[in-house]
Amino acid sequence: MTFTTQRREVRSGVGTSADRPDGIPKVKGNFAYSSDLSAHGALWGATLRSPHAHARITRLDIGPALRVPGVSAILTYDDVPGRKVFGLEEADQPVLADGEVRYWGEPIAVVAADDAEDARRALEAIVVEYDVLEPLVDPEEAARRDETFRTMTVRRGDPEARGEVVVEGYYDTGMQDQAPLGPEAGLAIPDGEGGVDLYVATQWSHVDHEQIVAALGVPPDRVRVHLSGIGGAFGAREDVSLQIHLCMLAMHTGRPVRMVYNRAESFVGHVHRHPSRMWYRHEATRDGTLVRVTARLLLDGGAYMSSSRAVMANAAYFAVGPYRCDSVEVHGVMTRTNNPPCGAMRGFGAVQSCFGYESQMDRLADALGMDPVELRLRNALAPGDHMPTTGQLIEGSLPTAEVIERLRAIPLPSGLDATHPLHLPGGTGLTTSPGDVVRGVGYAVGMKNLMFSEAFDDFTEVRIVLTPVGVEIHTAAAEVGQGLITVCQQIARSVLDMEHVAVIFDDTSQIGSAGSTSASRQTQMTGGAVLAATTELRDRILAEYGADRLDAQGVWREGELTVSVDELCQRGPAEHHVRFRHPPTARPDDNGQGDVHVDFAVAAHRAVVDVDPELGLVRVVRVDTVQDVGKVLNPRALVGQIEGGIMQGVGLAVMEELVLDGGRIRNANFTDYLLPTFADAPDVVAEFVEEPSHFGPFGAKGAGEPPTISSTPAVAAAIRAATGRPITRVPVHPDDIIGL
Amino acid sequence: MRITITVNGVDHSVDVRGPESLLHVLREEMALPGSKNACEQGECGSCSVVLDGDVVCSCLVMAVDANGSTVRTVEGYADHDVLHPVQTALLDGGGVQCGFCTPGFVVAAAELFDVNPTPTSDEIREALAGNVCRCTGYGAILRGLEELAARNAGGGA
Repeated sequence: MTFTTQRREVRSGVGTSADRPDGIPKVKGNFAYSSDLSAHGALWGATLRSPHAHARITRLDIGPALRVPGVSAILTYDDVPGRKVFGLEEADQPVLADGEVRYWGEPIAVVAADDAEDARRALEAIVVEYDVLEPLVDPEEAARRDETFRTMTVRRGDPEARGEVVVEGYYDTGMQDQAPLGPEAGLAIPDGEGGVDLYVATQWSHVDHEQIVAALGVPPDRVRVHLSGIGGAFGAREDVSLQIHLCMLAMHTGRPVRMVYNRAESFVGHVHRHPSRMWYRHEATRDGTLVRVTARLLLDGGAYMSSSRAVMANAAYFAVGPYRCDSVEVHGVMTRTNNPPCGAMRGFGAVQSCFGYESQMDRLADALGMDPVELRLRNALAPGDHMPTTGQLIEGSLPTAEVIERLRAIPLPSGLDATHPLHLPGGTGLTTSPGDVVRGVGYAVGMKNLMFSEAFDDFTEVRIVLTPVGVEIHTAAAEVGQGLITVCQQIARSVLDMEHVAVIFDDTSQIGSAGSTSASRQTQMTGGAVLAATTELRDRILAEYGADRLDAQGVWREGELTVSVDELCQRGPAEHHVRFRHPPTARPDDNGQGDVHVDFAVAAHRAVVDVDPELGLVRVVRVDTVQDVGKVLNPRALVGQIEGGIMQGVGLAVMEELVLDGGRIRNANFTDYLLPTFADAPDVVAEFVEEPSHFGPFGAKGAGEPPTISSTPAVAAAIRAATGRPITRVPVHPDDIIGL
Repeated sequence: MRITITVNGVDHSVDVRGPESLLHVLREEMALPGSKNACEQGECGSCSVVLDGDVVCSCLVMAVDANGSTVRTVEGYADHDVLHPVQTALLDGGGVQCGFCTPGFVVAAAELFDVNPTPTSDEIREALAGNVCRCTGYGAILRGLEELAARNAGGGA
């Protein structure tokens, strides 16, 4: 055997802008998303949905539909073999309507047919008669009736504390949709032995699996959930949509079944961002020190629970933002109504309250005659301080003042650029005279927890396998586009000194849960697990062979290659499995006090807008940001998270809202639900603060959510600055600017 | 009825019922799922293809109306392992995250660069304003294509 003795350095490790391994198939159109999957002889699934927000089903007759040519199965509530309800936090949502429909679009029956057209005709032939009931759609009325998923009070400090300067206000945020471009889709294939394999785009395959086996009433080993290609998520894929339906149809027919929602169905097929109504009172001394913050937060959870309890908690715990304050009282109410169910969306409760407290900070600065940035700096939360709400001591890093100061130092853009109509409010519609345009600048700062909180047993499993050609990372963590797959590769490369690393997405039978791809958690959790597993494997190998170095060629001692990688793979150890947890968190007490979080991140945003005050049109010119990221693992991927997150925050600020009328969504399509396009996209200047997290691989913090939290109030503040209008609701409509 | 469409240089003959879109036929009948089904109402550009020389949303074209036409889809841009410069530019800039919009951006940007190899930033923005991306915020897509335009300008000098 010939050993080379030239060491090779790893190139695409931690800190580099390593390429995505799925990039080439994605640009070639070869990457298989869940909506691209098919199987020989597969049937098409389709869903009959309620046309009412609230009704009793008085008659449901599938007979005529069963006679439609090509139809193989039509299933209703009675056909759900096991537990007839599902849900992320608590199983409260019927798999198929239980005789009553509680929101517009609730599934009533599912069909499997030879093709999509046959399935559509079968849906039309199902006879349903309803006794239409008055829907409860007003969250304030729901709160009065105690129709709630969670009410909570966070109380801290002296309730008698009073400030000399007091500002109050009401603030509202609309219902935003995640609008991932990939529609809900999946393929279920019966295994011929009473089980089923489901290929689906999800954020958390193991929690889907739990709900599927419960609904099917089968042992867990009968169902395997496989991750398929995922076309974005942003929270929309944390809940079950079509997973149970597909498995039921496949088990019932004994044939593979595919289902792909169209866009209108996608809008009712997943949960949304909770709309909110918030009342705030901020009290401060004359020099701008916060003395007391009181708030009432009303969020509407819609018809079923989803993750509403955790969203409520987040909104309440982050209701003051990254500011010191020793006297706080926050009342939170999460209502149950007949509106569309709401749940996870990027920012998860922290988005809503950030719009409230940051609007208040500007109002307070105005009342004090103080610069709004100075006011924020004066109260900036730092390690060693206590969370204003929960009282938790801030450990590790929280560079609030630094992100604000560095943001302020970024040069502002020059004045209105009228060289191309794209730069004007109203764009190429040529509605705006450049001379009428007014500019505004606004700042906002936001904060969020990273990973799961409130004593949730948050873990992820990773298995590392060494092969003669490199390293395999086995995980069930969902790669939704954010680049976790790349970060995991980079960490393994750096630890093991091996360039060739493959990430293998295991199904639910092959590995334990990775937890959800949400809560900005996968870099720290699954990335942390990869760091732990590769480090432990390397140390076991070095100990076994009395060696001082491992790389792609094998095991080294004192500069000599002593064991080749081929031999190492035969003799072992060549495999290592970890179940990785973050430090435990506590349940809150009755006053919402306790160490309920494990880690935090802050970010600051500055928006520059040009406004046409006559037409009420806004062009967001630039959004600058400085974000607390702990450690940059992949600069290009990180910028991608920041710019993409800001765009969703800008969307909530000026255009994105599901419009409801009696519980019905009036704009369940991309013509009327406005998503920011290239013409709307602001330029972004992004900088990072790298103060290592006390928990996280190489000190890294999750980075996906902070960009979406304070970008929205920064845009609102800029519009206020430009127009002088109060702007207490997002998205901001032209009417709010014109003052009609 | 039976229709024939030349897609990426290959003739495909398929039977259609009538209401199918070109997108549906490409994805379901011709085993070309690269063109994406994000909105199916012409708003997002994920299904963009070149139909007889024009970039169109294939979800808005009836398959029967494309009978006899020549179509280029995202699958028709790379020459085996050699990527089209626009594909490389999108990857290098970081313009690919979930990738669901990427096929549409590849097609629309490749056609832009075919007509204008050195577009300005504003020309890139305007040409791609019909393609929605939900992940990137567009900055990385823009930077990748600006670099390509700069390289093209340098190469021509």
